[in-house]
Amino acid sequence: MATQLLIIIPCFNEEDSIVSLLNELNQMVVPNTFIITVAVINDCSNDNTSVIAEKFSVVVINLPVNLGIGGAMQTGYKYAWENNFDVAVQMDGDGQHPPAELNKLLQCWHNTQANVVIGSRFLVNQGFQSSLLRRWGISYFHWLNKFFTGIHIYDSTSGFRLFDRKAIELAVQYYPDEYPEPESIVFFAKSGLSIHETPVIMKERQGGKSSIRHFYQLYYIIKVSIAMFFSFIRK
Amino acid sequence: MAKIQIIVICTNLIFLAFIARLIIKAKLREEYAIVWLLITVLLALFSFWRKGLDVVSKLFGVYEPANFVFTGFIFFILIYLLHLSIVNSKLQKSITKLTQELALLKEQLKETNKSKIN
Repeated sequence: MATQLLIIIPCFNEEDSIVSLLNELNQMVVPNTFIITVAVINDCSNDNTSVIAEKFSVVVINLPVNLGIGGAMQTGYKYAWENNFDVAVQMDGDGQHPPAELNKLLQCWHNTQANVVIGSRFLVNQGFQSSLLRRWGISYFHWLNKFFTGIHIYDSTSGFRLFDRKAIELAVQYYPDEYPEPESIVFFAKSGLSIHETPVIMKERQGGKSSIRHFYQLYYIIKVSIAMFFSFIRK
Repeated sequence: MAKIQIIVICTNLIFLAFIARLIIKAKLREEYAIVWLLITVLLALFSFWRKGLDVVSKLFGVYEPANFVFTGFIFFILIYLLHLSIVNSKLQKSITKLTQELALLKEQLKETNKSKIN
C-alpha cells in the first residue's frame, strides 16, 4: 500500500522563495510507494505568499492570526492527522531545505522505522553550515539534549524533519509555540519515540530573514534552555 | 476630619463609580471586579479609621505603618500580576487553537466548494 506523505511548509512572508521551492517540489522524484501532498501554511503573511501558493496545486491553509512557527507547524500536523496521512515532513519556506534531500529522510525512515527523522547539517559537514556563533549555540543544544534525553542529536535546531503517525499524534496534542525544534526533541524522547538523524545538505536561505537575529539569539538560547528543562521535568 | 482623609475618600468614591460603570457596561468581568471592589473597600476603611493602620501594623509587628502598606501592596500586586499572566497564557492557548481550527475549516470548505463545482 502506498504511503501518504504530507509536506508541511510554514510560511511567513516568503514570496521571494516560495515559487522556486514549489517548482522544485513539483519536479522532485520520490519512490513510487509515496503519494505526496504539499501543504503551505501561510502564517498571516502580509505579502503575496498566499496568492502565489494558490497558483500551484498545493493545499494552502491561511491562518487568520499570526501564530508563529510552532503554531503554524502544529496546524500542519493537525491537517495531517485529520486527513489520515502516514508521514509528515516539515520543511522551511525559505529554501534552506532542498526538496532533493527529502529522499534521504524517506530512506532513513524506511531503514530504521524511527518515529522522528531529523535532517542534519553536521553529520557530514557539507553544504551550508551556518555562522560560527550559531554553531556554538547548536553544539550547546547538542550537549543539553544529551543531558536531558541521553541521545545524540547533532542538529537539534534543524527544521527539516519527518514525523510518522505516532509523532504526528503527539504533535497535535502539544507543540511548543516559539522555537519548537530543540524542545520538541526532549518532548518526543520522553514520550518514548525513537529519533534518528540523517545527513542532509542545506542551502543558505534564499530570501526573507531569520527570525532569530541580534539580541534574540541570546533570548533564543535562554528561552529554549528553560523550555527544554521544563519539558524534561514535565510528566 | 483631616484634609487628606477627604481627598482619599473622594478619590475612592470616583474609583468606585468608575468600576461600577465598567461592570455595568460589561467591560470588566465580575471575577476581576471583585478584586477591585475589595481594594476600594479596604482603602475606604482605612481612610475613615485613621488609627487602623497603626493597629494592623502593630499586629503584624511592623514598626512603620507606611512600610506595612508598601510591603502589603507590592506583595498583592505581584500575586495579581501572576494571576494576569496565567489568564493571558490561557487566552493565548485558546486563540491558537481557535485560529488553527478556523484555518483548517476554511481549507475544508474551499475543497468542498471546489469539488461541488467540478
